[in-house]
Amino acid sequence: MNAIVVKDLTRRFGDFAAVDRLSFEVAKGEIFGFLGSNGAGKSTTIRMLCGLLKPTSGSATVDGVDVSRDPEAVKQRIGYMSQRFSLYERLTVDQNISFFGGIYGLDRTRLDARRRFVLDMAGLAGRERLRAADLAGGWRQRLALGCAILHEPPVVFLDEPTGGVDPVSRREFWRLIDHLSASGVTVLVTTHYLDEAEHCNRIAIIHAGRLAAIGTTAELKQVFADRTIVEIRTSNAVEAMRLIERAPDVEKTSVFGTSVHAVLKHGERDVDGVKARLEHAGVPVASIEPVPPSLEDVFLDVVEEAG
Amino acid sequence: MRKIAAVARKEFRQIARDPRTLMTLLFVPLFVLLLYGYALNFDIRHIRLAVDDRDRTPESRSLVAAFVNSGYFDLVAAVDADPKKAVVSDRPAATELMDRNDVRAVLVVPNGLGRDVRVGHRVDVQVLLNGDNSNTATTVMAYATTIIRTEGLRYAARAAAAAPAANGPGASIRVATPLVTVEPRVWYNPQLRSALFLVPGLIAYIAMISAVISTALSIVREKERGTMEQVRMAPLGATSFVVGKVVPYFAISLLSAVGVIVVSMILFDLPMRGSWLLLLAALSLFLVGALGLGLLISSVAETQQVAFQLALLASFLPTLMLSGFIFPISSMPRVLQVITYAVPARYFLIALRSIVLKGAGVAAYALELGALTTFAILVLTLASVRLRRQWT
Ligand SMILES: Nc1ncnc2c1ncn2[C@@H]1O[C@H](COP(=O)(O)OP(=O)(O)OP(=O)(O)O)[C@@H](O)[C@H]1O
Ligand SMILES: [Mg+2]
Repeated sequence: MNAIVVKDLTRRFGDFAAVDRLSFEVAKGEIFGFLGSNGAGKSTTIRMLCGLLKPTSGSATVDGVDVSRDPEAVKQRIGYMSQRFSLYERLTVDQNISFFGGIYGLDRTRLDARRRFVLDMAGLAGRERLRAADLAGGWRQRLALGCAILHEPPVVFLDEPTGGVDPVSRREFWRLIDHLSASGVTVLVTTHYLDEAEHCNRIAIIHAGRLAAIGTTAELKQVFADRTIVEIRTSNAVEAMRLIERAPDVEKTSVFGTSVHAVLKHGERDVDGVKARLEHAGVPVASIEPVPPSLEDVFLDVVEEAG
Repeated sequence: MRKIAAVARKEFRQIARDPRTLMTLLFVPLFVLLLYGYALNFDIRHIRLAVDDRDRTPESRSLVAAFVNSGYFDLVAAVDADPKKAVVSDRPAATELMDRNDVRAVLVVPNGLGRDVRVGHRVDVQVLLNGDNSNTATTVMAYATTIIRTEGLRYAARAAAAAPAANGPGASIRVATPLVTVEPRVWYNPQLRSALFLVPGLIAYIAMISAVISTALSIVREKERGTMEQVRMAPLGATSFVVGKVVPYFAISLLSAVGVIVVSMILFDLPMRGSWLLLLAALSLFLVGALGLGLLISSVAETQQVAFQLALLASFLPTLMLSGFIFPISSMPRVLQVITYAVPARYFLIALRSIVLKGAGVAAYALELGALTTFAILVLTLASVRLRRQWT
């Protein structure tokens, strides 16, 4: 049986459906990414899966437990970490660990063992007496993760766990997640960093509460199977975009760093036409060549398709 | 149980690491009490007195002696009317002593006092007081009045013993009235009065700060910081969380309140006529009600600021204004009088006074204890229903 099974899960706030008939499954030990713009319904979904919010309709089981029927049993089986790394700032590293161990009902021997594990994992050994408030972002983030997995939950929910953390710490954090997954823990993680999504085994893109796409990154990129994306390097990206946006052979454009991505309707044979059009209008084109779709291209495309 | 202990331990640690909370919970009430205790004690025990005895008879001397022997006045200057012995010879000099603040009170005994009281005539004795601190002045006035009145009764008794044979039937009527005019006042112990004012006031303060505000703020802070959501993700019931959270504040406020009472007993001679057990029971009921109110507020407020304002409105103001603590309930407009029935401090004050001052049995304030219990149960139920609904 899969670790997470979601079927037609819906949550309404008044008339507004924050989560709308969502269905997906996550296998045991999988790292499952949740992508979606702000307000897409990611956090709302996670809160329902954690037993914190009652679904309006539909069903979900986590580690075999029905979330609406037995939320307390769900809580015992999951770890949760939010973007805010909700630790007690005034307490020390050690006291935070003791507290979270305590509310999960760990006895002394188990708590001591887990404390050592978490301190090692987070690289906090020797910093036990520092106040959480005095920790640098990366350490606080790892401590928060450690506190969330003290009770060795088989399923872990991470809601934007890497917000506001430097790239080195982010990489380190994903290494920890890989370890968790390797030890059989199922991880559902939301993020706004599309590069992070590449770490995930599978990804779901949520838009306006609905599932817009799901699959491995390779599978997701299949939406561009019969279209071509060209990357245009130019010194005047804004003007370039304006010029080709409404061209008949261009489906759509988007800014990509300092360059422009254009999705061509008829594949590579349009490349020369686009280039000529730009140069004719006086926009210098340093290079224009087909590129494989990035996850960002996929995300934008999927979200646009979903309306 | 282990989970509740974990929450309580965490809360204690947070309080211990927050000097400001600790100060307001434990030290401020005791500090205020000590401040008032010492200030009042000093002022009222050693009132510097000058005497202007223009009579210089055994009667006038016994009146002066009564002032000195009362233990409340220190005779620091004799404003002597006798020109030959005069250090300070007349009234302006007495004023000067007052102006320089060398003395706080001047007793002026008129010439002829001894002669007049011996035959049963009324005599006016003058007491000049420094009124810059009206509280102290009122207290000193009460002392002086009492001393003079007592002395006046003694003169009257003496005159009565001497008079009947000589003066015939009419004399007994004169004897019945005191021979020295006094403003009639009830003898009372001003220090005790201060204690009666301060102790309930400080306990109300403790209940407000510690129980209502601290509890409400500590929970709302967790909502704001997001730690609440983190804790809600744990298999920890709302009840365990709330109980664990409330225990430290209950312990601290009880400790603080008992501290205030004990210190008042030492400093203010506050009596303890009833049983400690009953006092603790009343105190606990009152504090539990206050904690419940704090919880209720925390279930309504989303920000600490709102929580603070709600706590002031729901706890501080009614406790001060509508409990009978400052303004007597009987002299309030009828509408307000009705409202006071919803103010737990009202019942607590009655119970506290009954226990501490009268040592009355439970029967005397059973109704008040019942009201406190009802209030506590009501707010706790309301708060737990609301908090539990928010929990999942
Ligand atoms: N308790 C609530 N009451 C009313 N509306 C809510 C509530 N919680 C969430 N919403 C709404 O539901 C929608 C989805 O919110 P949600 O927090 O799930 O989005 P999200 O995908 O996590 O977004 P973000 O990336 O910004 O975290 C939002 O429009 C939000 O305003
Ligand atoms: Mg969110």
